Amino acid sequence: MNKIKFATAWLGGCSGCHMSFLDLDEKLLELANKIELVYSPIADVKEFPEGVDVTLVEGAVANLDNLHLAQQIRARSRRVVSFGDCAVTGNVPSLRNTLGVDDLLTAVYQEGPGRHPVGGGEILPRLLPKVLPLHQVIQVDAFLPGCPPDTERIWAAVSALLADEPLLLEPARRTFG
Amino acid sequence: MSKTIVIDPVTRIEGHAKITLHLDDQGQVEDARFHVTEFRGFEKFCEGRSFWEMPGITARICGICPVSHLMASAKAGDAILGVAIPPTAARLRRLMNWAQLVQSHALSFFHLSAPDLLLGMESDPAKRNLMGLIDRYPDVARNGIRLRSFGQKVIEMLGGRSVHPAWTVPGGVRDPLSQESRSQIQQMLPEALAITEQALDLLRSTADTYRDEEALYGNFPSLYLGLVTPEGGLEHYDGLLRVVDSDGTVLEPGLPLPRYREIIGEAVEPWSYLKFPFYRPAATRAAHGGAAETQYAAGMYRVGPLARLNVCDFAGTPRAEAELRDFRRLAPRGRPVSNSFHSHYARLIEILYSLERIAETLDDPAITDPRIRAHAEVNHLVGVGVSEAPRGTLFHEYQVDSNGILQRVNLIIATGQNNLAMNRTVKQIAQHHIQGGKVTEGILNRIEHGIRLYDPCLSCSTHAVGQMPLQVEIFDSAGRLVDRMARN
Ligand code: SF4
Repeated sequence: MNKIKFATAWLGGCSGCHMSFLDLDEKLLELANKIELVYSPIADVKEFPEGVDVTLVEGAVANLDNLHLAQQIRARSRRVVSFGDCAVTGNVPSLRNTLGVDDLLTAVYQEGPGRHPVGGGEILPRLLPKVLPLHQVIQVDAFLPGCPPDTERIWAAVSALLADEPLLLEPARRTFG
Repeated sequence: MSKTIVIDPVTRIEGHAKITLHLDDQGQVEDARFHVTEFRGFEKFCEGRSFWEMPGITARICGICPVSHLMASAKAGDAILGVAIPPTAARLRRLMNWAQLVQSHALSFFHLSAPDLLLGMESDPAKRNLMGLIDRYPDVARNGIRLRSFGQKVIEMLGGRSVHPAWTVPGGVRDPLSQESRSQIQQMLPEALAITEQALDLLRSTADTYRDEEALYGNFPSLYLGLVTPEGGLEHYDGLLRVVDSDGTVLEPGLPLPRYREIIGEAVEPWSYLKFPFYRPAATRAAHGGAAETQYAAGMYRVGPLARLNVCDFAGTPRAEAELRDFRRLAPRGRPVSNSFHSHYARLIEILYSLERIAETLDDPAITDPRIRAHAEVNHLVGVGVSEAPRGTLFHEYQVDSNGILQRVNLIIATGQNNLAMNRTVKQIAQHHIQGGKVTEGILNRIEHGIRLYDPCLSCSTHAVGQMPLQVEIFDSAGRLVDRMARN
């Protein structure tokens, strides 16, 4: 059997959604037979590969690195899932949206000695003026809400995706938080 | 021509980071930097909210150690209320904190580092991960999954969910421990202990393979900071701040936690969103009484499992105590263990310790007592909450008005405190392995392993505003980007 090319990515989030994914526990052993993990923060491939079947994206779009990765993911994945509340709504990272980016940077770093970091060069990505949910920057095929989504939700979603079926969450599993 | 190598993103760490290596004209490593590229701004956007909300919000700083933020935040809240929380509430919080130590250390050892240790630092990058481990060493992988799951289940039984439980609150905790959960945890304990003992054997069995790394990865003198009990024992939830230097001299025997600012300063650099905390007195000395900030690197200290085992006088539980004695033999008598490579070992010892403490705590019949919360209003306008996160000491400080509305928030996160040491470690490894500008994928992974030793939680450390992927870039001596390395 051909293994499904599976990826997970991490934009502006807390990694809690990935932790909930790892909470699948022994189901991960089962999953290892069905998927090839081609890209993930827990794996070492540095460049998002071509021809991915399913990608779960945790986190909101907060800086230019996030934005570029999101676009790459879209171009190279057949199905993209907005994984968790940060990706779906912006959630906690978007709480900074009421503040201007420059004011924020100054306020956070002003106290330390030394020059404060400025994004925009080769290394530190520029922060976007507003933190955005994933579907505002790329088209998303399915939404998996929750902060984080619990393992039942994740398993229901992963099972559907691996079977190439549409992801239909029952109403009780469409909650936030 | 000199150049810069970039590792982007750094993988199998919890967060977004890059590494840049700066080579001189001869292709030798002149400098190396570890960049955190994420920024989120928690300290700022929390202003104007109520301190009651803080455990729930700050938990979202990090999905790996949300419990640490819950603890520090609730403790800062206790201080604002001015209450002594019921003894059972304090013991339940400790219980959850130990459970988190188990799950987080298991994740670091099995899920993130074992692929390097067992499959090989320079093995096929496409397989050098948890899935590859499941393939080659299914029993080890299963053990890792089971041990992490033990910690997550205990957290869930106490707090209703394994990630971001809304359970600790200023004044105590929300729900007591049921008899049923108590006996369920007791039944799960023997397996968790057995897995930990096996993991210790496994680590010992790899020791010969990694003699060189042991001697080299993060081996340099520094200060160590961590909590100890008033008697000087290993501590993760409360107690006093202790600082020890590389000769084993105790610089701070036991500073009360709210006074942390007297000894910790924070510097910033334009090339990273992660701040650089330092030990003030050492920096002041180096500056000959001038501004400590100018010599802040002289105040480099390490936190986390290695530091905690270095600063304490004893562990206090039988099995962990025996291991601690073996651990101490890794350094000359009376001196701290200065190689960060031994953090793997320190983590396993702390898992053992936590499991022993969990067992002991559950044996106390008072643990199911329903009195678990103290009620009060705002009585103090400043609250400091400190606890040991898996990666090191975590500080939350809140200033509120009389309605409890936050005026100022300061968070010092564990990983940030290892920032200077992580940079030093990256440089040390790079200088050793890179000669004449020759770099391979395997070498890049070795450099990244140097970062993994600190198990950095970058989502935490960039609570400030950000997040980090790791990449290597090579710059020439004029600072021009010459090459970019991404493993693939
Ligand atoms: S949705 Fe919640 S758990 Fe997931 S990344 Fe965002 S804050 Fe973390």
